[in-house]
Amino acid sequence: MPAVSKGDGMRGLAVFISDIRNCKSKEAEIKRINKELANIRSKFKGDKALDGYSKKKYVCKLLFIFLLGHDIDFGHMEAVNLLSSNKYTEKQIGYLFISVLVNSNSELIRLINNAIKNDLSSRNPTFMCLALHCIANVGSREMAEAFASEIPRILVAGDTMDSVKQSAALCLLRLYKTSPDLVLMGEWTSRVVHLLNDQHMGVVTAAISLITCLSQKNPDEFKTCVSLAVSRLSRIVSSASTDLQDYTYYFVPAPWLSCKLLRLLQCYPPPEDGAVKGRLVECLETILNKAQEPPKSKKVQHSNAKNAILFEAISLIIHYDSEPNLLVRACNQLGQFLQHRETNLRYLALESMCTLASSEFSHEAVKTHIETVINALKTERDVSVRQRAADLLYAMCDRSNAKQIVAEMLSYLETADYSIREEMVLKVAILAEKYAVDYSWYVDTILNLIRIAGDYVSEEVWYRVIQIVINRDDVQGYAAKTVFEALQAPACHENMVKVGGYILGEFGNLIAGDPRSSPLVQFNLLHSKFHLCSVPTRALLLSAYIKFINLFPETKATIQEVLRCDSQIRNSDVELQQRAVEYLKLSSIASTDVLATVLEEMPPFPERESSILAKLKKKKGPGAVSVTELEDSKRESSELNGAGERGPDPSVMAASNASTPSPSADLLGIRSAAPVSTAPASAGSLLVDVFSEAGPAASSGAVNDDGFLRFVCKNNGVLFENQLLQIGIKSEYRQNLGRMYLFYGNKTSVQFASFTTTVSCPGELQTHILGIVEPLVEGGAQIQQVLNIECLTDFSDAPLLNIKFRYGGALQNLTLKLPVTINKFFQLTEMASQDFFQRWKQLSQPQQEAQKIFKANHSMDTEVIKAKLLGLGMALLDNVDPNPENYVCAGVIQTKSQQVGCLLRLEPNAQAQMYRLTLRCSKDSVSKRLCELLAQQF
Amino acid sequence: MFIFLLSFPPGKTRLAKWYMQFDDDEKQKLIEEVHAVVTVRDAKHTNFVEFRNFKIIYRRYAGLYFCICVDVTDNNLAYLEAIHNFVEVLNEYFHNVCELDLVFNFYKVYTVVDEMFLAGEIRETSQTKVLKQLLMLQSLE
Repeated sequence: MPAVSKGDGMRGLAVFISDIRNCKSKEAEIKRINKELANIRSKFKGDKALDGYSKKKYVCKLLFIFLLGHDIDFGHMEAVNLLSSNKYTEKQIGYLFISVLVNSNSELIRLINNAIKNDLSSRNPTFMCLALHCIANVGSREMAEAFASEIPRILVAGDTMDSVKQSAALCLLRLYKTSPDLVLMGEWTSRVVHLLNDQHMGVVTAAISLITCLSQKNPDEFKTCVSLAVSRLSRIVSSASTDLQDYTYYFVPAPWLSCKLLRLLQCYPPPEDGAVKGRLVECLETILNKAQEPPKSKKVQHSNAKNAILFEAISLIIHYDSEPNLLVRACNQLGQFLQHRETNLRYLALESMCTLASSEFSHEAVKTHIETVINALKTERDVSVRQRAADLLYAMCDRSNAKQIVAEMLSYLETADYSIREEMVLKVAILAEKYAVDYSWYVDTILNLIRIAGDYVSEEVWYRVIQIVINRDDVQGYAAKTVFEALQAPACHENMVKVGGYILGEFGNLIAGDPRSSPLVQFNLLHSKFHLCSVPTRALLLSAYIKFINLFPETKATIQEVLRCDSQIRNSDVELQQRAVEYLKLSSIASTDVLATVLEEMPPFPERESSILAKLKKKKGPGAVSVTELEDSKRESSELNGAGERGPDPSVMAASNASTPSPSADLLGIRSAAPVSTAPASAGSLLVDVFSEAGPAASSGAVNDDGFLRFVCKNNGVLFENQLLQIGIKSEYRQNLGRMYLFYGNKTSVQFASFTTTVSCPGELQTHILGIVEPLVEGGAQIQQVLNIECLTDFSDAPLLNIKFRYGGALQNLTLKLPVTINKFFQLTEMASQDFFQRWKQLSQPQQEAQKIFKANHSMDTEVIKAKLLGLGMALLDNVDPNPENYVCAGVIQTKSQQVGCLLRLEPNAQAQMYRLTLRCSKDSVSKRLCELLAQQF
Repeated sequence: MFIFLLSFPPGKTRLAKWYMQFDDDEKQKLIEEVHAVVTVRDAKHTNFVEFRNFKIIYRRYAGLYFCICVDVTDNNLAYLEAIHNFVEVLNEYFHNVCELDLVFNFYKVYTVVDEMFLAGEIRETSQTKVLKQLLMLQSLE
């Protein structure tokens, strides 16, 4: 085969490149380039028209200069001229220049597009490919506008050459990625799918990328690709290593195409057609079998190509998550790779196993490799492999191995790379909390974490330990003892001082009986750290001190003395000074009773999702931990140790009402309400008060949504009642339509005059009042009104009912939220366990899921919960969740414009009196709205 | 695949293909960062390294690094072998390819890339087919 000689064809270019390479300094290079630029400029401006060859040569030189990193501000026109040359080499340089130096100059774009158009219609395959490559490389909106409708035609035309088809398919893909709105599906779509059957493997290889991308966005329109892909895959997998000739790579038949086919199948659930599915399972088994066969070549290319297919097949098996046999085989195969001498394979096996760990079928099988993975964490030389090992340990962690895994991760943390420490800290904190059976272990773990990697312990982590200690009185004494011991260390991390200060301030009394930790010893210990700490920590310590005065009156004199000294009371920091002054005053003026009230122990924090988890999710990006989370919820369904999301929040707990925005987290809740104390009176009860106190006076137009939430799970009842008026509703729903009967009862003996009602609706609902109510409602009478409702699309705002009438001369104005909620338009969907989890997995994008952890407000009795779920309108599915305590439901919301599939999972934890509610819907806004509505029902 | 890079230490980029929109400053930054990430790695390390939101799949041939930036979920080994397949084509096309071939024929290297990768996807994998096409183009005026 003739080799290409150096710079053949363009001697001038080769000379110029040599000159540049011979330049001894940057200055010399710039000088040479400037000389060349001047030369080219003069040639382009000269009177003599340049021939094609010269133009090509100079444009190519300009390109070279640009690629060296210099700006080029001319030559575009000459490059565009080259596009219309009839010579391939000239055209090629022209297109290359355009592709590399895209210029949005509109005048040029028009000319370029014109040239492309000519080449596309030239019927010369070489020119067509050049033009298509240019579009694919530039991918601009202007080009999409000009060619998005032309390219599908070229792609499916019967007489198009194979190489042009390849380019056209990928060109279209690029345009679809940059301007999806301009690439319209049409009759060409089905013909594109059939390219999977094309004789030419290169065409299939290119087309399948396009089909995969389109399938992800329009799965229904492309679903016929599944059976075609399976049969193509089957033919490749069963072919001998030499059958495919050109497409065999180191004895592996068509490795890239196989990978792409397996990837395409991952856009879809397992094939429904039994024959297709059987054929596919056979392929997957063959691929797994081949992995066990002796290699046909010792070359790494052979094993890489073979394993590329294997890993893709395993991804598909995990995606289906429905073939226990294949899942376990996949796991065993990966287990072998964990000890392979190739680092790449160990890395990929760890990565792939991470997703396997989340399948209920293979979780146990993955766990058997724990020792190997721990060993990898300790001995791998490449940090990215260690990172994968840490990820896998996190993914395989459950109650049975949590202690071991947490211990290993902690010991690894001592030597871990700086780049992954923070993430490791978060993971340890999450696992410790999630699988804590006894909370002393949890406290030990977190304190160890602070000791080992204090700098990487973010606020969320130490807030969290405090929340948990405060919320669980069985661990408070132990926590006090442990922090006290930890603080004995000569050098301890500031985060330790924070936790110590907070906990001793709250629970120091629990260990004060021991003379070794008497109040004064505790105080002196804390105060010995004071001077080494930053302002926020000092502020926290001052608050701990005032708490000490309450807990231990005998420390009062000592502490007052500390507060009184100049370094406190005249501290240049406003926050510290203010605290010192106020605490000193408080301790000297207030009586013991007042002190005891003001400095009372912190009330429990409201239980919410762990903020650490939120932080880890943020750190890893969406989706990165979601798989594990789902699976955790599957296996550890009753795990609800949640505590407050924000931790000791400065805004809730600010020690003083000073306007200084204090950065310090603090102990005291002096002026503000306790985090979970009385809820503010609802607007509804206020309205009632107006009526009862002031009698029939003109009432405000505030919206009353008092009754609203009571109707989420039921359709009939009294919506509103005050001294004058009672409003009852009865409602029924079918598909996306509803009808509501409203009953207005006059409770007085006097008539209501000018009685009018109006309904205002958010745009997504349409309501229509049938019949107008009589303007007079006699004393004691009840009138009825009917409302037709149509749901156009999903919604979250409820319609508002406004009622106006005169009672004894005073105008009454009342606005009620009508209990029309999105769940009213549910249709039941029955399904088996396997289908449920299949669908659950399909709705795995993070935004499709909404989750809330909340305290039970009502009885946790099974029958009550069931009745509510049935009232909700979804089908309550039995024998779906592996944990019989949990409830899962499925339903489809019918709106005029679309149907929204919804899956629900409710996990009660009777012991903690908590629930975890998870919703996954095909539409994000619906998940969110349902979650909000339902979280207040149980 | 988002980016295809071919570079030497000390950071001279021989070829860069961008399959996503980046502005010029961003491109320069990416080139430098990818280079920095890849060149400090040991030969015994994996050929995959996470970088920003994607993964770099790279392979070193003599002093030359071939790097591809892909999505974290993409098939690592398939892209690693795609690099090797590409290198074998270069080797055949330039008869024992060396750095100088790539410098003096930079505009031809772009053609080879486009034959094998387009729009960030693998276009053609058969070495025979690619070389046949390249030689056909070579024969054109």
